[in-house]
Amino acid sequence: MAEIVPGQAYGFFTDTSVCIGCKACEVACKQWNMLSGHEPSFIDGFDNTGQLDQQNWRYVQMIDNVPDQTLGTGQGKAWLMMSDVCKHCQHASCMDVCPTGAIIRTEFDTVFIQADVCNGCRNCISACPYSVIGIDEETNVARKCTLCYDRLQGGMEPACAKACPTQSIQFGPLDELQQRADQRLADLHSQGVAEANLYGRDQQVYGGLNAFFLLMDKPEAYRLPNAANATLPGRNNAGGWLTGAVTAVLGVLAGLIALRRRPVAPPEPPPTETPPSAEAEAR
Amino acid sequence: MILLAEAQHFVRPPEWTWYIVPYFFLAGLAGGSYFIATLLRLWGEPSDEPAARVGYYAAFLTFLPCPVLLTLDLTQPLRFWHMLWNTTSGSEGFNFKSGSPMSVGSWALVVFGLFATVSFLEVLVRDQKIRGSFAGRAVRLLDGTAGRLWIAVGAVLGLFIAGYTGVLLSVSNQPVWSDTWALGGLFLASGLSGAAVLMGWLIRFRHDAQTSAPAIGASERWFQILELALIAAFAVTLFQAGAFERAFGYPWVLLWVVVLVGLVGGLSFRTARPTAGADGTVAASRVHVATLTMMLVLLGIIALRAAIIFSAQ
Repeated sequence: MAEIVPGQAYGFFTDTSVCIGCKACEVACKQWNMLSGHEPSFIDGFDNTGQLDQQNWRYVQMIDNVPDQTLGTGQGKAWLMMSDVCKHCQHASCMDVCPTGAIIRTEFDTVFIQADVCNGCRNCISACPYSVIGIDEETNVARKCTLCYDRLQGGMEPACAKACPTQSIQFGPLDELQQRADQRLADLHSQGVAEANLYGRDQQVYGGLNAFFLLMDKPEAYRLPNAANATLPGRNNAGGWLTGAVTAVLGVLAGLIALRRRPVAPPEPPPTETPPSAEAEAR
Repeated sequence: MILLAEAQHFVRPPEWTWYIVPYFFLAGLAGGSYFIATLLRLWGEPSDEPAARVGYYAAFLTFLPCPVLLTLDLTQPLRFWHMLWNTTSGSEGFNFKSGSPMSVGSWALVVFGLFATVSFLEVLVRDQKIRGSFAGRAVRLLDGTAGRLWIAVGAVLGLFIAGYTGVLLSVSNQPVWSDTWALGGLFLASGLSGAAVLMGWLIRFRHDAQTSAPAIGASERWFQILELALIAAFAVTLFQAGAFERAFGYPWVLLWVVVLVGLVGGLSFRTARPTAGADGTVAASRVHVATLTMMLVLLGIIALRAAIIFSAQ
């Protein structure tokens, strides 16, 4: 492993075609980051993790595509396994909406939540399109994968990548990983695996993902938004403010009309104190 | 625009619930009351001044719980000031992100709070609830152009805090909230209609304010029509995005029925009507109908916010 240098962009390339669902990444992540995890619950198939959240910074999705009748060899598609993680998006929705500045981009070009700055407004949770962030029950602040920021600062690769026995999770400088991914995709296509595709390798999804994937099915099969649906929360800023402004103008007009065209003649009021404008004029 | 049945949402709900519903409701009433009070003072008759004062009282009192509710909703409430001040080591300074409605709204709330408080104190002095030469001299600073400018800026801020909460929801990736552009306008319109209804009811308790009842009553109707139009726009945008069923299906349809009953009630029976007869007496039945109407309309406004907030989560 080459030296880890601040100022260079790092990330993960997760090749799902070689994931065996061993969950070593989940264990290594929890161990290094001292995440207690939730009570295991067998949800479906072999999944006992359930989702990414404040306790699960790596989550091995196990998607059961086993057909009811035997049709032939599965070509690795009967079970889709994918070690999911925070994508460390280039256009990070969480960072865009965070009002406190707690979410920053580090010197390694990763997205990091500062625990001592976050005040738990949960705006990032409503924005993250990958359902990655959760509120930690002990510290009461938002948490997610840090891409092992502390390990990177110490010159070590992230725990999950180090533990992965099949090199499904690869860590390194982003440009190197992208080249490796392109080569792997070309190899798979040449072997007839036409459905293999890269997710987040280019800028179509959130400006590119620092944690990008080689998938064996379309993104929706892995509960990932496709390029058409990978939308930033800020897309509604202009429309929302404009509608508010138009409504405000209509509200002013409605109020003025109501004042000028009073439907009922008011009864004679009892003597009142002089209004402030008249007081000023009198002075 | 994302077309029907194509919208994908894999996002987790932020669990904004019981502190946020009353905050959104009260922010609408506070901003709306300040705005209507300012309209009455700047463009009304001199006889509208007592009703304007009722509006400034209402704006301050409905505003007061807002920062408390927002703070309690944080999972780290003692860090509420992090909304305004960046504590990141090496980047200390004011926090303001124009692309984050929560950040902009936090500042607007602070500044509006200042305007609402000053106007509240001003009307207390003018109503002689606070006496003293210092108070009198201070209030005289708000006479003339300076005072008009002050309340005009406050009214703009009032409109902002009544409506920004809707934009805040839309600027997310949550289903329903992010599938429409109508929420900012809808929350503003319903805040205005709620404020008009509240003021229409409150002026019954101040005899010299009742000359403004026809104007406030007419504004109630206009604001409710505006709200109805924006509910329709909200529904259409959700239908286009394939999220209509989620927001208007069971059980949320029950809340929408409450919204509709409130709007129909408000449009049928205005709360702002002169109560006292020529002899100064008040018919109890009139007061009861007005109170019931006010409660129905305000309940509808709470239900509207609850339906939108809970159906998405």
